[in-house]
Amino acid sequence: MSVLLTATSVTDEVDRSPSERVDVCVVGSGPAGALAAYSLAERGHDVVVLEAGPRFSFEDRLRRMERFLRPAFDWVDVWEMGGDRDAYASTGELHYPLNTTRVKGVGGTTLHWLGLVPRYHEKDFEMDSRYGLGEDWPISYDDLRPYYAAVEREMGVAGAADNPFEPPRESPFPMDAFPPSYADSLFEAACEALEITMHSIPQARNSEAYDGRSQCVGYGTCDPVCPSGAKYTAEVHVAKAEAEGARVIDRAPVQRLVHDESGERLEAVEYATPDGETHRQEARQVVLACGAIETPRLLLLSESDEYPDGLANSSGAVGRYLMEHPFAGTDALLMEETRQNHVGFMTSECHQFYDHDDSTPGSLKLEFINNAEPAPVEIALRDGSWGDDLVGAIRRGSGNSLRIGALVEQLPREENRVQLDTSRTDDHGNPVPEIVWSVGDHAIETMRYAQRIQRRIFNEMGARITGQTDPHNPGAARHPMGTTRMGADPETSVVDARLRTHDIENLTIASSSVFTTGGAMNPTLTIGALSLLAAEYVDEDL
Amino acid sequence: MELSRRDAIAALAAVGIGTGGVALYRSDAFGDGSIDSETSPDDPIDTMIALAAVVYPSEVSGIDEFVETYVVGRLEDDETHEERTVQALAHLEGYASDEFGDSFVDLSPEDRDAVLRELGVQNAQPNPEGSDVERIRYYLVNELLYALFTSPTGGELVGHENPPGHGGGLDSYRRGPDA
Ligand SMILES: Cc1cc2nc3c(=O)[nH]c(=O)nc-3n(C[C@H](O)[C@H](O)[C@H](O)COP(=O)(O)OP(=O)(O)OC[C@H]3O[C@@H](n4cnc5c(N)ncnc54)[C@H](O)[C@@H]3O)c2cc1C
Ligand code: SF4
Repeated sequence: MSVLLTATSVTDEVDRSPSERVDVCVVGSGPAGALAAYSLAERGHDVVVLEAGPRFSFEDRLRRMERFLRPAFDWVDVWEMGGDRDAYASTGELHYPLNTTRVKGVGGTTLHWLGLVPRYHEKDFEMDSRYGLGEDWPISYDDLRPYYAAVEREMGVAGAADNPFEPPRESPFPMDAFPPSYADSLFEAACEALEITMHSIPQARNSEAYDGRSQCVGYGTCDPVCPSGAKYTAEVHVAKAEAEGARVIDRAPVQRLVHDESGERLEAVEYATPDGETHRQEARQVVLACGAIETPRLLLLSESDEYPDGLANSSGAVGRYLMEHPFAGTDALLMEETRQNHVGFMTSECHQFYDHDDSTPGSLKLEFINNAEPAPVEIALRDGSWGDDLVGAIRRGSGNSLRIGALVEQLPREENRVQLDTSRTDDHGNPVPEIVWSVGDHAIETMRYAQRIQRRIFNEMGARITGQTDPHNPGAARHPMGTTRMGADPETSVVDARLRTHDIENLTIASSSVFTTGGAMNPTLTIGALSLLAAEYVDEDL
Repeated sequence: MELSRRDAIAALAAVGIGTGGVALYRSDAFGDGSIDSETSPDDPIDTMIALAAVVYPSEVSGIDEFVETYVVGRLEDDETHEERTVQALAHLEGYASDEFGDSFVDLSPEDRDAVLRELGVQNAQPNPEGSDVERIRYYLVNELLYALFTSPTGGELVGHENPPGHGGGLDSYRRGPDA
């Protein structure tokens, strides 16, 4: 296969016609959709999954890795994002680089995720009660606890019991943690002197062979592509769902959800296929799992006379309260070798500053990065020198870097949102999503606090600080959340504690879009736990 | 640092190419009879080896076998890649003979280096669909550098025995520089 070949350019003979009315239609095959589909298919229900993107063959992974490492290609080229299909507008205070935050394909964004899977803490569900910030979730950590354990087993999580700040857990991790890196050890003395506790990270990555997939072999390119299959992707649960009888149709972007005359139930899901046809899949229950941008967009696109502002949007909250995890980092150089880029993931974190007493600064999670500098091959291919000069260039550009990062909490703000940009349409003539994103004082204050801690660590180590993220202009960790939020009150939220929309009785949402507040932990374990929970409620209703 | 055929086979595996006896094809690298002799001055593999002698650091030895195995494996695997590599080589050769009066392979290392510089390879964007010089950077120079710097031997040149792109296991990340 050529490094130039695209999965979407392949024509195939796949039958994409709808099934006869099924029990459940799941829209989207990322972890949220795949886990829900598997859980429901396993219980004997007839399930169809509609996925906008293609199936990417596993055999191509090494070529995708090459694309990532060669500067001739952009980050979004690895999984073929971009073009009319993925057009969008970003009009907020901060640019939101939407197509770097998602992948469309069977497996969804886990094709290029990093795979860190911490649980949320108790406080994340009680932000209003504890701090008077945002809203409480209508469910608690305890409600999710068994589902967290279940999804850890499903994904295959490597972790250890060395994190004193972790919320209570009932069972050990399915696999042993990845031990800390040599680079981590460089921070140890300074952290100890400052009474900062480093600990392992739960990862959806095989520290040993698990569930028929390989142990991690150290390609070092996990995010955006793991060629060995050691990193979990939702393709695992797509395959399991299929083995249980589910039908998964790729390259089938859903265009609209259609309700019945009563306006209280969905009747069908309309989807397009590569041959230019549009089909209707009828289903008794629909699970929407398109990620936190496309989920609200699809609801807005599905407006009708009964729902002129968008389906399931009687609250007006669809698309609003978009949250992210702003990333605040500090870079430094050390006068000794720091051994970066031997694996593609971090091996130590610190959750000590997560549960806070005062409302602001809020939660933050420190990350000790193992990839603080470009890899030798990246410098080699970009630099423009060769021969012995190139060795000099690589040695100058790498070898001594360190980075500490932090994910921080951002509060839900009504004005941060996904809406439709009617001035531009996608490849099917639908208005593109318009993202409005800004950070807000709470997150800025929290980033400043995180960076003070990072500076203290580097100063204690005698490292030379070379740069810090500007808290007013941080990157996003690519964890969009909150755009169809969960709540008890139909006036202010889109789904209830059963993940069911308040307005439409057979429409469930499985996504970080239901998060009421965003915390500062990577969201996908929580997405998976919610998805399994939602599947149980859907099962009850079938 | 000694490169070997084994390194090349590992480098090919790292771009998804299994290597059922690739090194046998040298005398007909493209399997179409267009290249009939190892001694042909226009043998693309010879040109790639001559290029590698310039773009690879001087510490590296064993280039011939490594480049031959790697390049043949790559070209055999992918027709577009093969076609464009041949076009890029033709452009390089054309410049060498027009401006330096000899085939690239027969130029001194200094003159080969001068060919690359005069063509502007150092400033060209590596672009598989780009101009002649951009393709030289992508299909020839960066192709060779990719093979080298995703291999443990190439990584070791800069103190990195398990560079990204190479699946070298889970030991090296825990090892210190002196281990
Ligand atoms: C670079 C990067 C690194 C990350 N690292 C981590 C990490 O370490 N830990 C963590 O917890 N999270 C991480 N994430 C986030 C994580 O990938 C997401 O939280 C997770 O994939 C979301 O799951 P999902 O199923 O809700 O959505 P997605 O995985 O985005 O899947 C949604 C699917 O729905 C499909 N879809 C969309 N619209 C339609 C439509 N109209 N019709 C049919 N199908 C549709 C899409 O094509 C897509 O396949 C990372 C993300 C990125 C970008
Ligand atoms: S380091 Fe491990 S998980 Fe990451 S890409 Fe390599 S094999 Fe996959």
